[in-house]
Amino acid sequence: MTTRLENTSAGEIVRTINAERHRIGATATGMVLTLVIVTDEENQSDATRAASYSAMEHPCRIVTLIPRPGRADPQLDANIDVGDTMGPGETVRLRLRGELSEHAASVALPLLLPDTPVVVWWPTQAPSVPSQDPVGALAQRRITDAAADVHPMHTLIERQKGYTAGDTDLAWTRTTVWRSMLAASLDLPFAPITSVDVRCERSNPSGALLQAWLHNCLDVPVDMHRSQGPGITDVTINTDNGPIDLSRPDGRTGRLSRPHVASHDVPLPRRDLKDLIGEELRRLDPDETYAEALAAVRLEQPKSRRRTPDPADAEEQT
Amino acid sequence: MRQAEFKSQNPLRSPVDRRLPRVAGPCALVIFGVTGDLSRKKLMPAVYDLANRGLLPPSFALVGFARRDYSDQDFAKEVHDAVREHSRTEFREDVWAQLSQGFRFVAGDFTDDTAFDALAATVTALANEQGTGGNTAFYLSIPPSMFPLVVQQLKRSGLASDARGGWRRVVVEKPFGHDLQSAQELNQVLDDVFPSGSIFRIDHYLGKETVQNLLALRFANTLFEPIWNSNYIDHVQITMAEDIGIGSRAGYYDGIGAARDVIQNHLLQLMALTAMEEPVSFGAQHVRVEKEKVLASVVLPDDLDAHTARGQYGPGWQGGEEVIGYMQEANIPPTSCTETYAAITLHVDTRRWAGVPFYLRTGKRLGRRVSEIAVVFKRAPHLPFATTDTQELGSNTLVIRVQPDEGISMKFGSKVPGTQMEVRDVTMDFAYGDSFTESSPEAYERLILDVLLGDPPLFPRHEEVEMSWRILDPILEHWASDGKPEQYDPGTWGPASSDEMLARDGRVWRRP
Repeated sequence: MTTRLENTSAGEIVRTINAERHRIGATATGMVLTLVIVTDEENQSDATRAASYSAMEHPCRIVTLIPRPGRADPQLDANIDVGDTMGPGETVRLRLRGELSEHAASVALPLLLPDTPVVVWWPTQAPSVPSQDPVGALAQRRITDAAADVHPMHTLIERQKGYTAGDTDLAWTRTTVWRSMLAASLDLPFAPITSVDVRCERSNPSGALLQAWLHNCLDVPVDMHRSQGPGITDVTINTDNGPIDLSRPDGRTGRLSRPHVASHDVPLPRRDLKDLIGEELRRLDPDETYAEALAAVRLEQPKSRRRTPDPADAEEQT
Repeated sequence: MRQAEFKSQNPLRSPVDRRLPRVAGPCALVIFGVTGDLSRKKLMPAVYDLANRGLLPPSFALVGFARRDYSDQDFAKEVHDAVREHSRTEFREDVWAQLSQGFRFVAGDFTDDTAFDALAATVTALANEQGTGGNTAFYLSIPPSMFPLVVQQLKRSGLASDARGGWRRVVVEKPFGHDLQSAQELNQVLDDVFPSGSIFRIDHYLGKETVQNLLALRFANTLFEPIWNSNYIDHVQITMAEDIGIGSRAGYYDGIGAARDVIQNHLLQLMALTAMEEPVSFGAQHVRVEKEKVLASVVLPDDLDAHTARGQYGPGWQGGEEVIGYMQEANIPPTSCTETYAAITLHVDTRRWAGVPFYLRTGKRLGRRVSEIAVVFKRAPHLPFATTDTQELGSNTLVIRVQPDEGISMKFGSKVPGTQMEVRDVTMDFAYGDSFTESSPEAYERLILDVLLGDPPLFPRHEEVEMSWRILDPILEHWASDGKPEQYDPGTWGPASSDEMLARDGRVWRRP
């Protein structure tokens, strides 16, 4: 059941949640974290739904902050869902009107569950230094999504400059299936690796992170080439014995080819938001591998052996 | 271990990188008795679930061996049906398509040399076709009486030898024999062909998840260890109850009984984990050493009649259903003295546990399906309340629920709201399923993955198996000379003699 409170306060929201919990005989002791989502009106529904899907597997309190700046008088409106409709967790959707939209942290703070981790997620636009944002400062884990930005590669570089332990980006989460399959392909003995080629769509932050990660791990040249997508389409690890190639032209099924072994299909799906958020919430400690990969990302021309530079790249450099 | 060398050589794997799942290395899993119930209901779905969670390598092959005239396609169909019916995770066509590329079937009898030669050829061919690297795990989902035959065939056909590269592992299920002597013979058979580090003894009741949960509770917290001794603990009850009868398993169950089926491996393992000292590390060997110390210090009660109990379920009504008794089940001889309920009292002769009895019970057709360890604490030595205030106060109890619904609950006294001083028991509950994103994998998934990863730590070695039989053998001998077990009504918590067993010590079974 959705409870709607208009022109309310954080204290009243907490009292409403507790009363609702008491009424249905459930207690909040099993909840493991507070997830704060900062987003706009357009994306709030998808993001909240993806998050509450992960709450099906582990109950958490989801606080969605929707700033509505403007000249209106400051006002706080809340939609509260406890129990059945949104899974076992509880969801609070808050619209912050007028000047209040500048003070989101003051609303979020009283709504955090006691003594449990706090995660902040910006599904679209994120502050340039997430850890210094007033809401971001409340959390030990800050999730951004460079790919949701207008200039993904620029945003990724911004993340790199503003990185603080506990930051993470969904562009990195998207590489997990690739990384996992590539690691599995090197579980068998292999000949010395000479170079790696990565092919992905234009301005793809996941491709850039994958490239950086491969370079960090293998210490060989990792070249980036452009493809039509979707996302990352191909990784070739060149060895003295021939190439180990993992390709995914259709965004669903991958094909793994190795020297002297018959090639075969492997599942390599592009995952949706709820799976990505599910993976992010699984671990709440700083992701060092991400930090290293992010630090190694460089804005550079893709080496696709073209004669004329793509104006789109030049635009990104500016 | 060869597997470990691969891992450290793989430049893309790092212990810091916690996102990458521990995917099994390239390998083939050969299942003997693949058309059996266990294989269809548990093994095949577990293999699929692992694949679906991305934990199987791209180079994975599943080879079935049975006395059926199947082609590879027939076999794939059989697995497909089993997976559709029993898998835990959703069915995904692309995962299935990829997995089923590695399915092979070899038809034959265990006495048939040519069939095993064909199996050897199939396994060799898979090394190239699927890139398994020759790594092979053999799962013996067959009666123990067949083990010598199959193991000899594996040796004869060269399948058991790792001369051609890759590792070899063999998986056997409980029961590990039916007494000390048979267990030793069984170990002999396996030891002859496989090195002891390659033998995986699987007790599917005792998932690794459970063991690790228990170790984490005991040794990751400061809260419990100081009171984990005879100063504070009154006694421990370890229960594994099933609400079902023996079904169609008369051939296996009759003559074995509850004690051999469950106490020997499962309950004694849980007891060892509950009672053991802190291991030096959680490495395989260190945990094993501590468990063996507990098993070695177990003493039996002098009067076995007074401190053990057994029963057989009779006919009656259970949970709204009329059910038949054990003697009426198909293929049970009228002379059967097999117990379907067993309860025993054990003491652990150490400083930590002096005077603390461990009560172990298991049975079929009991109240409900539950597996738990209940640590019951002593009552407070002095209560500064009027006796009427604390009339409803019981003993503080810490319950570790093993399965289903793994979790921990704690029972303690609390004041009842109101002006009167009244203290009553309340329960605080924690369920793993409620608090973590990832739902617990099915025991078989963990087991198969551990075998493929070569992670033996928590599987019992033959020393533990033999020590368990040393504990149980005298009780079984005593019962064998004692005639028929007492009947109990289905859906209850066992025979009256088991309640009397605790009553003699001034205690009662907790209702799980």
